[in-house]
Formats: sequence, C-alpha cells, structure tokens
Amino acid sequence: MLRVDVEKQLGEFSLSASFESEGRVTGLFGASGAGKSSLINMIAGLLRPDRGTIVIDGETVDDTAAGIHVPTWRRRIGYVFQDARLFPHLNVAQNLDYGRRMNRLAADPAQRTRVVELLDIGALLDRRPGKLSGGERQRVALGRALLSKPRLLLLDEPLGALDEARKVEILPYLVRLRDEANVPMVYVSHDVAELRQLATQIVMLRQGRVTSFGGVKVLT
Amino acid sequence: MLDISPAEWTAILLSLRVAVIATLVATPFGIALAWLLARKDFWGKSFLDAVVHLPLVLPPVVTGYLLLLTFGRRGLVGAFLADHLGIVFAFRWTGAALACGVMSFPLLVRPMRLSIEAIDRRLEQAAETLGAAPLKVFFTVTLPLALPGVLAGMVLGFAKAIGEFGATITFVSNIPGETQTISSAIYSLIQTPDGDAAAGRLVIVSVILALGALIAAEWFARRATQRLHGN
Repeated sequence: MLRVDVEKQLGEFSLSASFESEGRVTGLFGASGAGKSSLINMIAGLLRPDRGTIVIDGETVDDTAAGIHVPTWRRRIGYVFQDARLFPHLNVAQNLDYGRRMNRLAADPAQRTRVVELLDIGALLDRRPGKLSGGERQRVALGRALLSKPRLLLLDEPLGALDEARKVEILPYLVRLRDEANVPMVYVSHDVAELRQLATQIVMLRQGRVTSFGGVKVLT
Repeated sequence: MLDISPAEWTAILLSLRVAVIATLVATPFGIALAWLLARKDFWGKSFLDAVVHLPLVLPPVVTGYLLLLTFGRRGLVGAFLADHLGIVFAFRWTGAALACGVMSFPLLVRPMRLSIEAIDRRLEQAAETLGAAPLKVFFTVTLPLALPGVLAGMVLGFAKAIGEFGATITFVSNIPGETQTISSAIYSLIQTPDGDAAAGRLVIVSVILALGALIAAEWFARRATQRLHGN
C-alpha cells in the first residue's frame, strides 16, 4: 500500500526513514522533532526528498534517481492538518465539495450523505468556518479530505490542537472512519493512547530514524 | 443644485471614461505584479519594485514627457503601434488613459500586494492536497481571499486616475472633447476671466468623486479583514 524509503537534510536535522506498510492505519509515532511531520509532508509531496522513493498504492510518486516527483495535487491523497485549514471564504458545504470540484469528479450524493452522517456535520453545512468550534472544524476537515476520494488519507496530529474533552468527542469518529470508510490512513501522533485505539501498524521515529516497526505492541 | 454646462459634462464624462478604462486595463497587470512581488524572489526584484513606484515620486511632467518620447507618434513604441496596429496614443483620449494608468499604477498595486501577502499560504497547500492545480489554487483560494484588497486597489487607482493632471496634459495636451479631463478643464477655466463659477462646480465634482472613492476603499479594506477571519 505504502512504501517509503527517503533521506532528507533539513538544516541540522537529518531524516532517514524506510518502511513499508499494508496496514489500514499506519501510525507514525515519535516525540516532537522526531521528523513525523517532515515524513508525512514528503508522502503528501509538499516536501521533496533529497534521495529515495515513495510508492503509494503501486504508483511511484517520488523517485529521485529517476527524477520522478508527482506534484501534490496529482497524488490523490487526502490530508487532515492539525489546524483544519478550512477555506474561510467558503461555507461548510462548499468546503466539503471543493476536492470533488477540483478533481472534476461527478457528484456522488450517496457518498456525501454517508460522510456527512458519519461525521455528524449535517447541521453545519450553511455555516462559515469562522463560526465553528475547534472540534467541528476538524470534523469538517475530515469530511472534506474524504470527499475528494483519496487513495490514502494523511492525518497530522488531527487532535493535537484540541483539549481533552474535544479529543474524546472526535476519537470515535476516527474509529468509525477506519472501520467504515475503507481508505488507508497514515496517522501522525505523539499520543500513545490515541494510536493504541486507532493504528494497526506503528512506525516509531526517533531523531529522524525509524527505531521500530510492527504491530501496536511496539508502543509498550 | 449644480448647474453643470454641456462643456463641463463633456469633461466629467471624459474623465470618468479615461479613469474607468485606465483602471480596468491596469488591474490584471496589477494583480500579476502584486502576486509576483508578494510571492516570488527573483533577481532585480527591488529594481522592479522601484520602477513601479517611480511615477509616485517623479515630477508628473517628467513622466508625461517620457510617455511622449516613448508612445508619441515618433516614439519608439508609439511609431510601432501606430504603423502596425493602428493604435495611436498621442493627443487622443487613449493617451490620457495610458498616462492615468501609469500614474495610478503604484497606488493600485499596493493594496493588492498587501492583501496577497496577508493570505495564509497553508490554505493554498490545503487546496493542493485536495487536487487543485496551481492555477486553480490561485483562482479559487488566493484571488477570492485577496479580492477586497484587489477592489481597494482598483478604487484607489481610479481615484488617482480621475484626478491626474501633470502627466496627462504633458503627454496628450488639453483638447476639449478629446483629452480635456476635469483637471485640465479646471486649469483652463481658472486662467480665463469669468471662469471661476465653472471651475468651482468642477472642483465640487472632483471632491465628491475623490471622497466617494476613499470611502469605498476604506470599506473594502474592512471587508478584507473580516473575510480573513472567516466571518
């Protein structure tokens, strides 16, 4: 599903990571500064590796030796950022439809209804992002990423900006997503509890290196 | 209330036409340049920035004279345009529009540039992850978010264009019905005996137009802030 073998120098920090995952949810675990965000940004194509390859769903999206670098907008990925990044000039419904419009996909009302119900955002459709709570924003961001029909969903600490109560509110949605949405995910977090609930495979990062890889057991 | 004569109307309408055309033609160039200055680093950037601002600090008569040398019938560009495309600027209202466009350009670009600089670029990244190609990102995210600044720049540019005098009169002279704008009409009137009343009326018209434009620019600037905060 996802194969990563990359090197990247970022100032003093050097990242060199290699792993292959078939899991439904690959958890990238590590302390802040371990290189999790750089790694996920390379998978997204927002950051270009100095050396190495990235293969998503059988398609090589990065291969420095062959000079391949598929730009982000052609990777067919979804990305949920820590800070939601909803478009402030569009309402929730327009935010949700943005990916479909950009990818010129036909309207799929059934999927849209399913995602809206899965995330409980039906009541928010007419609102502007400025009028939403942090938890609501993150749910809309999840829906927006899903509705662009990605083949891989990247989540960079999607609960990181929320307080405990909000985390508990969102976590069940993520579990439902994993079990029902049928999109493989890469989930970045430094929270062991979160990953225990969600991840099926763990990539543990420390100072830019993969220190262990395997089932959720490696978190102990 | 204001008893405006047909000759004065001619000058007012000409001013409006000149300023509207100048603003509309300058706007796409202004947006492109604002984007370039806000987003790109390239060799000669500060020089380009200085050149854009030059009409703001040069004596308008110098700008007008340079336009005459360049776009006049014997000018390098002017001769080419006249011979090959049939476009003539010298002593035509189109020349007045060109002069106004050049003179108002720095004012038009500035708010556009500021509003593009104020955009959170992470939103553009988000658009990219949703499958938007760079040009689509520009038209669906960057431009809508910068729109209040773009409109503010257009209003300011328009206000400057409608009041332009020095470069216009140097470049295209002061021909009633062709190149005589409000400003040059006032200039002629105050040199004529008994011209005071007519000049006074045109002065009032220009004050109203300028004030209206400034109020509109202010309103757009406020909208810009609200928009960026997502309300």
